[in-house]
Amino acid sequence: MTETPAGAVFGAAPTVGVPELADWLRRFAALVAAAKDELTALDAAIGDADHGVNLDRGLQAVVARLPELGAPGATPASLLKGVALTLISTVGGASGPLYGTFFLRLAGSLGDAPAVGPGELAAGLRAGLDGMAERGRTQLDDKTMVDALAPAIAALAAGLPAAWDEVLARSVAAGAAGRDRVTPLVARKGRASYLGERSAGHQDPGATSAVLLLEALRDALAPAGAPG
Amino acid sequence: MKKLINRPEDLVEESLAGLALAQPDLLRVVAPGVVVRIDAPRRGKVGLVSGGGSGHEPLHAGFVGPGMLDAACPGAVFTSPVPDQILAATRAVDGGAGVLHIVKNYTGDVMNFEMAAELAAADGIEVRAVTVADDVAVQDSLYTAGRRGVGGTLLVEKIAGAAAEAGADLAEVERLARRVCDGARSMGVALSGCTVPAVGRPTFELADDEMEIGIGIHGEPGRARVPLAPAAEVVRQLAEPILADLPFRAGDGVLAFVNGMGGTPLIELHVVFGALHRLLAGRGITVERSLVGPYVTSLEMAGCSITLLRLDDELRRLWDAPVRTAALRWGR
Ligand SMILES: Nc1ncnc2c1ncn2[C@@H]1O[C@H](COP(=O)(O)OP(=O)(O)OP(=O)(O)O)[C@@H](O)[C@H]1O
Ligand SMILES: [Mg+2]
Repeated sequence: MTETPAGAVFGAAPTVGVPELADWLRRFAALVAAAKDELTALDAAIGDADHGVNLDRGLQAVVARLPELGAPGATPASLLKGVALTLISTVGGASGPLYGTFFLRLAGSLGDAPAVGPGELAAGLRAGLDGMAERGRTQLDDKTMVDALAPAIAALAAGLPAAWDEVLARSVAAGAAGRDRVTPLVARKGRASYLGERSAGHQDPGATSAVLLLEALRDALAPAGAPG
Repeated sequence: MKKLINRPEDLVEESLAGLALAQPDLLRVVAPGVVVRIDAPRRGKVGLVSGGGSGHEPLHAGFVGPGMLDAACPGAVFTSPVPDQILAATRAVDGGAGVLHIVKNYTGDVMNFEMAAELAAADGIEVRAVTVADDVAVQDSLYTAGRRGVGGTLLVEKIAGAAAEAGADLAEVERLARRVCDGARSMGVALSGCTVPAVGRPTFELADDEMEIGIGIHGEPGRARVPLAPAAEVVRQLAEPILADLPFRAGDGVLAFVNGMGGTPLIELHVVFGALHRLLAGRGITVERSLVGPYVTSLEMAGCSITLLRLDDELRRLWDAPVRTAALRWGR
């Protein structure tokens, strides 16, 4: 990301358009690639050792398609819909349909606006989360990615209209806290649930990758001068 | 990691290509991860599609052929297939009589098959799905992902496949598939973990005197790590929870399936089968049909699973019906 996002006065809320969203995805892909082994190791402990590999495969496919998906004429919704369909057809596992549905619903909530403000983005993320939980029949405390995303997205909505960079940072912190909060719990969804009590004490791989998604969002949307 | 592979990322496609070359009269690969019976679609016949992660061979592609599956969609190793694959398979086998999806109960498989079924319905194809959840090692509850589908899947595919081959309609094929799901129970044990090629390290390690009881088929740890025991004792630890769960009772006739996890030789599987047969006889349960071998595997994992299915005339007749696939063939 070389350009300064529109409206990126310190602390001011930028508008979020195709370049910012593409940057978000690119950063998410990079964070997942760097954490691939860690994610897979977490999944080996309570799942089937494929979460890092699955997500990395899908996000590499997304990155490869970003130039095409973000080409002139693209809108936030069309970009995110393309991302969703790419994830759905390349990730597999549980996380493919879950992240795929997340982006599909987010796309659906943005209409055909060329750019959206923080409030619309927060509402869209909320719609994505609802779609994900519906697809997975997921409740809070099932010990999944939802446990990281739900508090983070709530913090985003609640934090507005405070300074955008602060809100984004608080959202990441809430997501990480959510991820860690469920570590002691017994998993009730996904493969980890087969372990019963033995899943307690292990960090959930999906909640871990979800925090990377939030970090990527923070880094992509934080005003110029922020890390990244 | 010591495996006969070229590159991990090419493993599934190269293996499927080899299978198609070895079985040219039975099946072909029509798209990446889509294996279809050579004469599909068959006009007026219900199509049977199954799929799941790779690494369980011969499940599912080895069961494509007359009397069993019309298509299989293997995903990456231990990872469910994606909706595109399942949709392509569904379209390829739809002969106008509808398609049955046979899905093992894993979150990923269930969601990907559901998405594919929604897409197929939009194409005007009638799709029903049965979910196999036969693993008694997992406690079932409304609030969890529920039980896993393991060895019982083969029995569902064989019996539903026989019904579809004989011309049963979609509702009837679905009913029979559900009957098998209702009457089959399984449990497995691992003597070693296994290595997912893309990962390169075993999913878990067991000491020489340990075994992992209550495992699934994805190299995941089971419910408990316990001391290794002689075969007869291991059989007791697997069979007791199975018998208690359905429950199977004195006077029942069953199909007894001793399945190898990939790394345990037949010589040991037959020891297990013998012990199982004696244990069942002691409870007044008759083994009417049997199957012994590595059919629903977990790569090179050592260990086995036991599946029991309560039989009656209807299920026995369909089990006995001719089948011609790469891994299972009899009759005709
Ligand atoms: N029902 C669910 N709702 C929300 N998140 C879920 C659900 N089931 C699993 N997850 C999340 O998915 C993560 C695992 O993703 P992964 O890509 O490893 O899929 P998987 O379960 O291994 O799929 P597959 O079984 O097909 O390999 C878990 O850590 C959890 O956060
Ligand atoms: Mg996994």
